[in-house]
Amino acid sequence: MSQADSTLEGHATGLSVGPAFSIPTKKLAMWLFIIADTMTFAACLVAYGFLRNGSADWPRPFHSITNVALMTFILLTSSLTMLMGLRAARVQDKAGAFRWTMITASLGILFALLHVREWLGLIHEGMTLFKNPWGNGLFGASFFSITGLHLCHVTGGVIALLAVGVRYRGGRYNADDIEVLGLYWHFVDLVWMFVVPLVYLLNLAH
Amino acid sequence: MTTTEAGKSAGMGKDLVVYLCLLALAGVQFAMAFQNIDTSQMLVRMLAVAIVEAGLAVMFFMHLWSEKRGFVLFVLVFTIFVLLAMQYGWTDSTRMVVGAPFAK
Repeated sequence: MSQADSTLEGHATGLSVGPAFSIPTKKLAMWLFIIADTMTFAACLVAYGFLRNGSADWPRPFHSITNVALMTFILLTSSLTMLMGLRAARVQDKAGAFRWTMITASLGILFALLHVREWLGLIHEGMTLFKNPWGNGLFGASFFSITGLHLCHVTGGVIALLAVGVRYRGGRYNADDIEVLGLYWHFVDLVWMFVVPLVYLLNLAH
Repeated sequence: MTTTEAGKSAGMGKDLVVYLCLLALAGVQFAMAFQNIDTSQMLVRMLAVAIVEAGLAVMFFMHLWSEKRGFVLFVLVFTIFVLLAMQYGWTDSTRMVVGAPFAK
């Protein structure tokens, strides 16, 4: 081997140092997506807070916390079932992992249905994007934007859960894929922890 | 019980504890909504609880705690910096309430 060859080989070895932070590429990509999405939700919530703080007649249309409490319970529980799915996948329990993933998807669907029911109730009371019977018209725009964005994430998550669950059972995906999807699902849950107090609880009618 | 099953149930116990903590914290937030306090005070308290909840979820449910230290720092420092940078406009929103003119 010439000196040039050994130098080139040394270069190649130096360049292939493996994935950044020594974590799998898919997982790193999901974390980067989560960081970016955190900024999106944070920007929405800050804009919402800005409008609320700058408005003297901000509406407080929520009379009951039952629905939102139930939605919170369902979403938190779905995070636990997601973890159970991951644990089952890690010990090669294919049937268990598939079952828990499908339970998580079902809880996500239930959450989405409750959310839509709540939306329809508010629309029935006269709330639209730019007007409502209670006060500042921008409440509807900010409420539907933030909760709608979150609902889009839940819907996307449910579709991903169904797809990954089925492909995992078919042997095309493995436990790492369940873990990456789990990161996304927990993130959706995490965002809800901020949406509930800011958008619902602070606007509870007293 | 096999070693794998024992490890699985031990890990699940921790997950269950974190889950119960999150439920309890969510309950605290709901209870706060019925306190007879100023809205800004309520906001600060609820946000504090939400940050604790988010911390638990990120560290234990998303397993950030068990990742490499460099990665944990990357995620936390980058995210917290941008979140803090977003807070620059609050004085202007207050100015809208009190009717003070905007700076030229």
